[in-house]
Amino acid sequence: MTRSERTVDVLIVGAGPAGLTAASRLAGVGAVEVLEREAQTGGIPRHCHLGGFGLRTGPQYARRLTGEAARAGARLRTSVTVTDWAGPRTLDTTGPHGLERITARAVVLATGARERPRSARLVPGTRPAGVLTTGELQQTVHLHGRRPGTRAVVVGAEPVAHSAVRTLLGAGVEVAAMVTDLPHHQAPPTDAADTRLRRGVPLLTRTTVAELLGRGRLSGVAIRHADGREAVIACDTVVFTGDFVPENELPRRGGLLLDPGTRGPTVDPAFRTTGPGVFAAGNLLHGAEPALSAAREGARAAAAVLRHLDGAPWPAEQIPVRAEDPLLWVAPQRISPGSPHHFLLRTAQFLTRAHLVVRQDGRILHHQRLPRTVVPNRSLTISGNWVDRADPRGGTVIFSTEQRST
Amino acid sequence: MTVTTAGALPEEIYDVVVVGAGVVGSAIARELARHPLRTAVVEASDDVGDATSKANTAILHTGFDAVPGSLESRLVREGQQRLAAYAAESGIPVEPVGALLVAWDDEQLAALPALADKAERNGYRDARIIGADEVYRREPHLGPGALAALDVPGESIICPWTTTLAYATQAVRAGVDLHLNCRVEGFGRAEELHRLHTARGTVRARYLVNAAGLHSDTVDRALGHHDFTVTPRRGQLLVFDKFARELVHHILLPVPTALGKGVLVAPTVYGNVLLGPTAENRDDRTATHTTAEGIALLREKGRRIVPALLDEEVTTVYAGLRAATEHDDFQIHAHPEQRYVTVGGIRSTGLTASMAIAAYVTELLAGAGLDLGEARDLDPVRMPNLGEAFPRPYQRAELIAADPEYGVLVCHCERVSRGEIRDALAGPVPPASLDGLRRRTRARGGRCQGFYCGAAVRELFVRRAELRG
Ligand SMILES: Cc1cc2nc3c(=O)[nH]c(=O)nc-3n(C[C@H](O)[C@H](O)[C@H](O)COP(=O)(O)OP(=O)(O)OC[C@H]3O[C@@H](n4cnc5c(N)ncnc54)[C@H](O)[C@@H]3O)c2cc1C
Ligand SMILES: Cc1cc2nc3c(=O)[nH]c(=O)nc-3n(C[C@H](O)[C@H](O)[C@H](O)COP(=O)(O)OP(=O)(O)OC[C@H]3O[C@@H](n4cnc5c(N)ncnc54)[C@H](O)[C@@H]3O)c2cc1C
Repeated sequence: MTRSERTVDVLIVGAGPAGLTAASRLAGVGAVEVLEREAQTGGIPRHCHLGGFGLRTGPQYARRLTGEAARAGARLRTSVTVTDWAGPRTLDTTGPHGLERITARAVVLATGARERPRSARLVPGTRPAGVLTTGELQQTVHLHGRRPGTRAVVVGAEPVAHSAVRTLLGAGVEVAAMVTDLPHHQAPPTDAADTRLRRGVPLLTRTTVAELLGRGRLSGVAIRHADGREAVIACDTVVFTGDFVPENELPRRGGLLLDPGTRGPTVDPAFRTTGPGVFAAGNLLHGAEPALSAAREGARAAAAVLRHLDGAPWPAEQIPVRAEDPLLWVAPQRISPGSPHHFLLRTAQFLTRAHLVVRQDGRILHHQRLPRTVVPNRSLTISGNWVDRADPRGGTVIFSTEQRST
Repeated sequence: MTVTTAGALPEEIYDVVVVGAGVVGSAIARELARHPLRTAVVEASDDVGDATSKANTAILHTGFDAVPGSLESRLVREGQQRLAAYAAESGIPVEPVGALLVAWDDEQLAALPALADKAERNGYRDARIIGADEVYRREPHLGPGALAALDVPGESIICPWTTTLAYATQAVRAGVDLHLNCRVEGFGRAEELHRLHTARGTVRARYLVNAAGLHSDTVDRALGHHDFTVTPRRGQLLVFDKFARELVHHILLPVPTALGKGVLVAPTVYGNVLLGPTAENRDDRTATHTTAEGIALLREKGRRIVPALLDEEVTTVYAGLRAATEHDDFQIHAHPEQRYVTVGGIRSTGLTASMAIAAYVTELLAGAGLDLGEARDLDPVRMPNLGEAFPRPYQRAELIAADPEYGVLVCHCERVSRGEIRDALAGPVPPASLDGLRRRTRARGGRCQGFYCGAAVRELFVRRAELRG
């Protein structure tokens, strides 16, 4: 077996907004190479034809980021898949030109996230055609110009679910309903109103998909309301949206520590993983955030990579950070006092008039009032101006919430 | 090479017609193809192996726990040897991981010696009882409380999809006609010939083999026999992500009880872990849907066996129906006066026994008067490797150098190249659906279930169909 071996300065895995932005900032300091397994660079925005990308569509945004990275001098390689590690900063790849083994001074993982499919959500029933995620739906419609079905049910009510509805309607598919097990939608009110009022798609809250029906092709979904009522909605397509899980195969194979909440690699505020010289940015860290925030993380990771290439030491001991129920996760998951940063936070359920309390060994480091309603599936940004109060030799810093009556 | 999927059926009179292209019917067709006979297989579905044969636990059994002295015991033992050899020569992935029957309480512990004894009586001599220490040394992720285990080193895991496809491919290449989308709806006889009526017309044959799986009793009745009744016994299974694979080294079997074989945890050749099956008797022969109760039960059992398994993502959930009957054995009967052989009640070992069943059925046909003629060796088949224990195309530099299409990955979770998808679409028994393509390549069968590759794979599939018109 012949595998060609090379070295570069920075190897970036994934040419989505995070990877491409990091590449633009890093190119010029040495040999920077971006590996992308798809035939085109751009990541998820390639098939997001809706707004939300700085008033542009996704494909335009993907092209712009690609152009910037290429002009900056990064080497962008498509149809090349990173398959495994051969050392702490050495990766094995497969592409049409053969097998390679590339060693880098710094590796940036930016492999994105995907939606949990029906099976991972343990939805019972038959296994007919017509069961999709938003990712597959968008590619079917926007990259291949095919109509996925005639009448659909959309599972989920977070922002990406509303994108799915618009993609379906745009492709001439009737949308019978949106279904969420939560008590309210989780999209910005304008999006939600647009879907429900202007486009006439009903939203069924506190409702789960109990079973998929049909042989060969989906014929309907059985739903169950919280009060036990059941019904069948006839449809030939169902789209499971949201419920993101990081594309964490490489971090896991590389033995990097993962966060049980996000299921992505744990990082510190400089996007350093537990693997020396290995950084991670974008949706790989936490599931889907808007593309612009993935790009921003790529830029900030690039700054940290530069410091690393300049010889900044890899931190040995850092203070672990963790979120407590009903919070789902917090990122970053390791801090050291002294560096300015902020935290991303997600809740598992709706919280009203809640307070955030951050403690270390029982001592309150920080507390603040949260927005009136905190919504699942949408992140909150929390300032980290209190981090210097943490004891570098102390225990885990814990984020928790308290409900306070007014 | 003839595979038909639509249109009128040939006028010719076949020597033998096999009803059903599951793993058993396909194995029989392959065996008959070794003889100078005109053979046809008629299959209701649009693909081979599309019923019970695609949805099992994929174990190549030693037959250590069969009913001693039964036909099943004999055919499983013989089938295991035949299929292991065939797999090695044709590239069907097999991994000899061995099984451990784990005893979790005193009653189960007490049952182990009798099981070791039963294995001996079934001609299997390598089983031995091992203590808890050794069990945990070999399976460190096993849940607490295991007392001992019966070690059955000969049990293997195998790819059921490639097995059926290899049989069918070899049969078709050797001249067997395979008629898909061809459900037999009526049986008649005229001028010493069987006349099988299908929506696509009538097939005529001198000899008839009934390998109709869950419908073998229905076919049998249509021919005037009332020897057995099939009760579909549903088995639901969970498939865990490849990250779970390192948690499980052997096939972990429960000690069988009066209620049946119970729920196992087993690795798959694709690098996943299976948890299942349930055992639920159904009336409906199409009840292959999964249920919330079934999934909950499996998770409860799995948590006891390998607790860490439950933290891993589930790749897929499926169900198969065993063709259980009121009898404790396979229902293979020859009716020479009718030139007819029934191959029914092939319960939960049919994959393993398939080649031995095929040889036995061929003998029965000869005994019923069919002149087999001289047997010949078939041209060997080489199947694409779907197993993780052997190099896959994406890992083979020489293959990619010769054809760069093997270096372009389309399905990222399962690492399936465009070259493999192209080959499968052009194969002698081509897939009729995306699921059929998945069983030939694994494309779209991984953890993302199509989030990344679904649209691209469908595009390749549809364009192939468009090309063919
Ligand atoms: C369905 C969907 C709709 C969305 N809609 C919007 C929207 O309307 N507006 C908005 O602002 N945001 C939207 N987002 C979010 C936005 O697309 C993401 O935040 C952004 O794409 C994240 O960027 P990323 O670079 O982290 O990952 P991605 O864009 O996912 O890029 C990751 C890249 O890594 C590649 N890769 C992964 N593994 C490997 C490997 N082993 N080898 C080589 N390459 C690899 C992938 O092929 C991919 O191209 C949406 C997200 C989804 C999933
Ligand atoms: C949950 C489960 C776990 C199992 N685990 C194992 C295991 O680990 N190892 C093992 O060796 N075995 C196992 N088995 C058993 C094995 O899968 C079966 O014994 C085997 O697949 C039976 O094959 P078959 O060809 O008889 O039936 P099938 O695969 O069902 O094939 C019968 C075919 O006949 C066709 N047909 C029916 N009626 C007609 C008609 N009128 N006209 C035309 N076509 C018709 C059907 O469409 C079907 O394709 C398991 C089974 C189950 C359900």
